[in-house]
Amino acid sequence: MSVAKRNYPKAWLLVLPVVLMVAFNAVIPLMTVVNYSVQDTFGNNQFFWVGLEWFEEVLRSGRFGDALGRQLLFTTLVLLIEIPLGLMIALGLPKSGWRASSYMMLLALPLLIPWNVVGTIWQIFGRVDIGLAGSAINAVGIDYNYTQDALDAWITVIAMDVWHWTSLVALLCYSGLKSVPEVYYQAAAIDGASRWAIFRYVQLPRLRQVLIIAFLLRFMDSFMIYTEPFVVTGGGPGNATTFLSIDLVKLALGQFDLGQAAAMSLIYFLIVLLVCWLFYTIMSVGDSQPDTRQ
Amino acid sequence: MAQIETTGLSHSYQPQPGYPQDFVLKKLDLNLLDGHAYALLGPSGCGKSTLLRIISGLLQPTQGRIHFDGKDVTHLDARQRHVAEVFQFPVVYETMSVFDNLAFPLRNRGLDREAIAERVADVARLLDLTEQLTLKSAALSAGARQLVSLGRGLVRTDVNAILFDEPLTVIDPQEKWHLRTRLKQLHRQFALTMVYVTHDQTEALTFADTVMVMHNGRILQSGSPSELFERPEHTFVGRFIGSPGMNFLRCQFDGNAAIIGDQSIPLQKSYSADIDDHSCELGFRPESCTFSRDGSGIAAQLINVDCTSRRKIAYLDAAGSSICVSLPADQDIPADSHRIRIDPQRALLYSADRLVEESR
Repeated sequence: MSVAKRNYPKAWLLVLPVVLMVAFNAVIPLMTVVNYSVQDTFGNNQFFWVGLEWFEEVLRSGRFGDALGRQLLFTTLVLLIEIPLGLMIALGLPKSGWRASSYMMLLALPLLIPWNVVGTIWQIFGRVDIGLAGSAINAVGIDYNYTQDALDAWITVIAMDVWHWTSLVALLCYSGLKSVPEVYYQAAAIDGASRWAIFRYVQLPRLRQVLIIAFLLRFMDSFMIYTEPFVVTGGGPGNATTFLSIDLVKLALGQFDLGQAAAMSLIYFLIVLLVCWLFYTIMSVGDSQPDTRQ
Repeated sequence: MAQIETTGLSHSYQPQPGYPQDFVLKKLDLNLLDGHAYALLGPSGCGKSTLLRIISGLLQPTQGRIHFDGKDVTHLDARQRHVAEVFQFPVVYETMSVFDNLAFPLRNRGLDREAIAERVADVARLLDLTEQLTLKSAALSAGARQLVSLGRGLVRTDVNAILFDEPLTVIDPQEKWHLRTRLKQLHRQFALTMVYVTHDQTEALTFADTVMVMHNGRILQSGSPSELFERPEHTFVGRFIGSPGMNFLRCQFDGNAAIIGDQSIPLQKSYSADIDDHSCELGFRPESCTFSRDGSGIAAQLINVDCTSRRKIAYLDAAGSSICVSLPADQDIPADSHRIRIDPQRALLYSADRLVEESR
């Protein structure tokens, strides 16, 4: 205790470089955004205070609500497909051997492709005139065109995200499954456990941590998605696939509505923060109990 | 409970075993009687855990058959064998309560709610777990977890045998003693067929009616603890059982006496004639030899002395081998020249590592 009470004022100097770095690359840019969000300008670099008007306008406009709704729907669908699918792939993978490593390689491939390239791949893949998928689907008599039909655009964008990111969930779950000691499966077999009971009581408890991570990563990434749908649909047809990020860019760089864009950024940021915190708190509630194991 | 029989049981972890050394089990013929407690004793890697896995059905043997009460179960898996196993590291389903852990095997077998509650309550009482029933099993100590995993075997009414794979390894000494007594009690109370794998001779000798000493995939000897101690049939058994193990000295054999150097030890037993003289060894326990005071006996050089509370153990070099002499703690070791006298009544003759049987 005596050590903790002693004061070393000069010790704070050691923290200074970090403080400066963080200020330079995070705090100051964020404050600029805050600055824009409470002011307006008529040009000439003259700004005046508007208080919370931009926030009110953003929240009152249907546009933000619509984009947020699309965003939530997209993220929900993506999570609902990718988490169970990734988990099932991980459960189906062989535990060791050359087959395990080759599957691993194949799974990792989509993760290594840059976002805009993924967008381009699917933009071409889905095209009705020269795209393999697009023309094949039309050839079997289904009328599919992601540039004209909102549902088709949604299906394309979601298929693309599933293609790109399910591997991440699968690999995370696979690593979690590898941590289950063999003896647990043996005990379960001796106890006469069904396949489902093994999954529910042996595998799932040990996948809990990696599932939380997979869930959070996929939530954050899909909630902030920009490049891929922008390349494929550009937010269309109409505004059908205009998610929050795309809308934000339209507002800030398309219309140069800096005040409103800044307010929207902050609201967007707070939503991500809030949802992540909520997820994390809810999902890790069981872990906070004190561990009384010896 | 059932009688377990194996015939010609061999196992190799290699896909195409060719040589004898590819096999971890070599043509085992066992007959485990219903209601007996057996210990499989041997050093690490001798095949004892493999044998256990084959009995429980977790592993398919490469060759040979296994019968429970005369019924061939070789190709039945662990779910159909009705065998319980307690592993080295306690396995509990950590997200479940102790009650749910104990109920798990019964639920998997589709018993109804009341029957399960009744069985679990019985077993909990038996294992002193009644007060812990509502606890999460993750909160238990290693010993209590091991009790829970034993309990999952005991709740089942259909078990043919309970197998233990070094169950006390991770338990601390005090709890160890407690658990061992509990196991013996259970065995006496219910006449369960138990097979207990261990490399700890104290555990094996105190637990089992019959101890089987394994080495290199073979069972060298099986018998009661005192048989193993008094008459080891193989030099490995002699060295492995006892602390310290049996002494062996190279000797020549002249019909009724063992000759070691210039000393002749009359064995006062008669043996059948053909003994391979080149591989003869005389085996005797550290407890059945003493220092001689009259200048007779085998000359030896004292290396070291260990004192425990009851015994004094002297380590010596004699006739090119190291041997031990165990004395009561109050007896002195002669100061200068050391000669060892072997009790001929309790000395055994070995040829090519095998005990030479006396002829009557």
